[in-house]
Amino acid sequence: MSTQETEARQEATAVVQPAGGTLRGVGVSAWFGSRRVLEGVDIDMRAGVVTALIGPSGCGKSTFLRILNRMHELVPIATLAGSVLLDGDDIYGTALPITEVRRRIGMVFQKPNPFPAMTIGDNVMAGLKLTGRKAPNREQLIEESLRRAGLWNEVRNRLNAPAGGLSGGQQQRLCIARSLAVRPDVLLMDEPCSALDPTSTRRIEETIHELKDQVTIVIVTHNMQQAQRVSQHCAFFLAAEDEPGRVVEQGATEHIFGSPEDPRTADYVNGRFG
Amino acid sequence: MEANDSEGPTGLAALGLGEPPEADGPRRIEARMSRSDRFYRALATTGAGITLLIIVLIGVFLLLEALPAFRAAGFGFLTTQRWDPDSVPPEFGVAAMMYGTAVTAIVAMLATVPLALATAVFINEYAPRALRAALTSLVDLMAAIPSLIFALWGLFFLVPWLQPIEGWLVAQLGGTLPFMRAIATGSSLFNAGLVIALMAIPITTSIIREVLSQAPRHECEGALALGGTRWGMITTVILPFGRTGIVGGSMLGLGRALGETIAATLILNIRFEIKPQILETGGITVASGIAVEFFDAQELGLSALMAAGLSLFLVTIVINLLAATVVERAKSAA
Ligand SMILES: Nc1ncnc2c1ncn2[C@@H]1O[C@H](COP(=O)(O)OP(=O)(O)OP(=O)(O)O)[C@@H](O)[C@H]1O
Ligand SMILES: [Mg+2]
Repeated sequence: MSTQETEARQEATAVVQPAGGTLRGVGVSAWFGSRRVLEGVDIDMRAGVVTALIGPSGCGKSTFLRILNRMHELVPIATLAGSVLLDGDDIYGTALPITEVRRRIGMVFQKPNPFPAMTIGDNVMAGLKLTGRKAPNREQLIEESLRRAGLWNEVRNRLNAPAGGLSGGQQQRLCIARSLAVRPDVLLMDEPCSALDPTSTRRIEETIHELKDQVTIVIVTHNMQQAQRVSQHCAFFLAAEDEPGRVVEQGATEHIFGSPEDPRTADYVNGRFG
Repeated sequence: MEANDSEGPTGLAALGLGEPPEADGPRRIEARMSRSDRFYRALATTGAGITLLIIVLIGVFLLLEALPAFRAAGFGFLTTQRWDPDSVPPEFGVAAMMYGTAVTAIVAMLATVPLALATAVFINEYAPRALRAALTSLVDLMAAIPSLIFALWGLFFLVPWLQPIEGWLVAQLGGTLPFMRAIATGSSLFNAGLVIALMAIPITTSIIREVLSQAPRHECEGALALGGTRWGMITTVILPFGRTGIVGGSMLGLGRALGETIAATLILNIRFEIKPQILETGGITVASGIAVEFFDAQELGLSALMAAGLSLFLVTIVINLLAATVVERAKSAA
């Protein structure tokens, strides 16, 4: 059912057909133990569009993002409802192997997590090794991925040094490079710039611009300017006290920031709470 | 120690006066300890000192007691296989015992390390979550079972059960591989090694499992998020992280294997000779040799047993030092 819908929409919107996958969250709810933290989230993350998820701390943005590439289920007490469709296939069904789901939907975590004992170069190549693929040109892929992540100039002379010796911000950019090297269809980024200086942040934003026609990008950010700069679609999450997080409002980014319909959205994007 | 502490402030003052402020080299770093820190440091230092002292005392005691035996045997102590210290003239050496210890330890480790590693990985990563806690306590419980129990089980169940298999192996391979030949199997060094492995596996598994469970979860998630399989995550994150623990756990298992007395004494058909055929009945290890010879030993015999004990003590220390270097090297490579 949804495949036709998706195709129809893609034909309608895309003048130059953007590559990348279309991801749809349908009625997504999530629990940790008996505590419900997300309720009925419906978001379309279309190819060629950068989707920003914004909202105050603890409203379930990371949880939603982790549901999108099956990271959520790694928490022992975590459960979920609803479905997530990648180009029409339910990623929680048997249509796609779980490793394939995660390879096609890459993730950059809130906290940098390179493999510290591995060299910088091996970190970039780790995804290919993990998915059992060979790179035709290792050096070229390493350079390209590191350049896109804005890290190349800093590490070009120490690709064989262990990644554990990088600074926090450099590690985060290495993780971005690592995710890009497997050429995912969708890239989920959970506050990728929260540990970065303005220059590296700028570089990552440029990368997002460059990538957005090849990879579908979903980014969680606490920085309202960043959300406006990089995204075209924006969803505002909010969790009232002792209630699960919900999407209060979503739509075109300029609309969310320019003329939001819900007063809570207006308050949040204008920095009046959260 | 006290003098060093009170030196702190004066040292700083002297530094401020004596050296130019923008020194090129690194400066001396000092800190003044609080009284409670000083107290606990003293406590910990005392504990460590006592432990070290005990080890040194053991070594010295063994050496003094062993001197008459060393004098009597000379260099032959290392090369002689027989053990007749109380005959005239005395003839004895640790060659057979050391050989037996080495063979049983190698057999035990070859069985222990892969099994312990596999079990640890299984419990942590593959076992259903509901089973995990139960399996963990089961392994810890097994580590606490006295070795005598394992030895009895090995003697009355495992060894008889292995008999036909070993017989078949000897028949098939004995022709081509000399060390697989045997006239009679059963009470062999190989079987003693296997029974010793039974005792080493629980403690080794327990330690390796504990260390592997400390592997950083967010790195594991990183590996999975790239599309890695669980096995991929284990080889890229968990095993590299646990390397030092794997070596450490194996070393503890090896320590048990080297010193294990009761299993070897019960299983082995005591023979003070070096037999390259490891499946063949008969052999001796240092620990079981001491246990067996102790009650009949006369004056020189006792001294000779002390000398054997000292050899085992030294071997254990050397192996542990080697392991420590391996661990250090693994750490600095990381
Ligand atoms: N592993 C977990 N176990 C139990 N509860 C959790 C766990 N992870 C998150 N939660 C809860 O789920 C809710 C949503 O958390 P989540 O991390 O998704 O928020 P967030 O919107 O990403 O916040 P932030 O902006 O601070 O990163 C929070 O109330 C949090 O306490
Ligand atoms: Mg978060």
